[in-house]
Amino acid sequence: MQALTNRRKEVGREPMTFMERIYIPSILKGMGITFSHLFKKQPTIQYPEQKREFSPVFRGLHVLNRDEEGRERCTACGLCAVACPAEAITMEAAERVEGEESKYREEKYAAKYEINMLRCIFCGLCEEACPKDAIYLSETFAPANYNRKGFVYGKDDLLIPNPKTDPEAYAKAKGEPRTNN
Amino acid sequence: MTLLAFDWAFLLEKLILIAIIVLASLGIALYTTFAERKVAGALQDRPGPNRAGPFGLFQPFADGLKLIMKEEIIPNTSNKGLFILGPALAMAAALMTCAVIPWSSHIEVGGHKIDLQVADINIGVLYIFGVVSLGVYGIMIGGWASNNKFSLMAALRGASQAISYELAMGLSLIAVLMISGSLSLKTIVDGQMAAGGFWNIVYQPLGFIIFFICALAECNRTPFDLPEAENELNMGYHQEYSSMKLGFYLFSEYVNMIMSSAVMASLYFGGYDIPFLDESTLPVNTAAILGVVALLAKIVFFLFLFMWIRWTIPRFRYDQLMHVGWKNLIPLALFNMLLTGAVILWQQG
Repeated sequence: MQALTNRRKEVGREPMTFMERIYIPSILKGMGITFSHLFKKQPTIQYPEQKREFSPVFRGLHVLNRDEEGRERCTACGLCAVACPAEAITMEAAERVEGEESKYREEKYAAKYEINMLRCIFCGLCEEACPKDAIYLSETFAPANYNRKGFVYGKDDLLIPNPKTDPEAYAKAKGEPRTNN
Repeated sequence: MTLLAFDWAFLLEKLILIAIIVLASLGIALYTTFAERKVAGALQDRPGPNRAGPFGLFQPFADGLKLIMKEEIIPNTSNKGLFILGPALAMAAALMTCAVIPWSSHIEVGGHKIDLQVADINIGVLYIFGVVSLGVYGIMIGGWASNNKFSLMAALRGASQAISYELAMGLSLIAVLMISGSLSLKTIVDGQMAAGGFWNIVYQPLGFIIFFICALAECNRTPFDLPEAENELNMGYHQEYSSMKLGFYLFSEYVNMIMSSAVMASLYFGGYDIPFLDESTLPVNTAAILGVVALLAKIVFFLFLFMWIRWTIPRFRYDQLMHVGWKNLIPLALFNMLLTGAVILWQQG
């Protein structure tokens, strides 16, 4: 029979030799292996104090983006909700009225925008579907919560801070500038 | 009225000694649980507990506090008296062993000679074996009183394991007794300390290996932890226990480890003897304190060995356990005994 992989090992059925039967040599060998691990570098990361660096393509919590003047980019077109395989996104559209030009970039905006983080699979398809660059996935992940309702993130949780009025928080939310994207 | 004349200083001295030794044993056992977790961590490339206090040093206190604060559950169908007696017996038997272990030679306080040993009885080794055998009753009574089939099976395993391995242990010990010619631990240690003499491990390497394997079995340590096999018996004989009763069972295991380390150090590794040093050249008190340190160092080494083995070797199967005990260790111990006797006879001419 042809082996599927080259890693197959024949199982020996012959009786154990004397050295094998007295166990002690193999036990000492095993203890040597464990002892060598005493001096190995521990890969542990002390989590709350130290954090692991994410890969540049990490997909975490969603952020609703604003443009340079602090206007919301989202037009509530619903393409992200359609693209979402987990059906985690719901939204309600509204029309921009006179005097709201500094708040919303286009005539239509999302009055309600909710993502259920328990449904979300963080695939990033919403990010790809968005024609307005309004949603992207950040490098944070959803913190623990005491009830399910807490995992339904509304606009308050998702919107990035306004770069005009709160540039510091905006810069923090945007994170470190990266070279490779 | 000489009957009423009583050496009160003697009583006081012994009481203080008992208090110190019991407290020290408990303290060391407390930190052995911590060391176990640290060693386990280090052997598996992880840091172990490091949150409570600096380097996690307060972890054992946090564990103890947790156990005490937990709800105490006594099953309805259990035998309540025996259920409470079980852990008490296990702990008492574990602690009683330390009475005959010589911790060091003697100190002199104000012209008063104080032996650093609670009781130097002439059958010290026998006493230890008697008390260690009592420890099995803690497991058996606890397992039976729980009225749970897994606990009962674990208790049966524990009892049969203890009986099987005590035989080989006793037989390997006889060889040591033939060399030292005494059952008093103090005399055995002094015999190894004598100028020109070697530690018993030099004369009894095979005996020591047998004794060590049996000690692992007596302490229910891996690879002989069948009575508390988690994955087969749901924690074994202490499955129904909670709160500090469970704590006593777990704790007595560590006290047992310390005591068997101390016994092994005394029987085979010269007890409080410092290698390559003639203690009689030092001032008495200095020698005594150095002796305690030497014995503690040997105990710590054995404790590390126990843990090292635990985190290396998987558990024996039950039939393998019986096979090793009855068919391998006992004949080997008998052979060792015969060999020692023959050599002693030959030397005496």
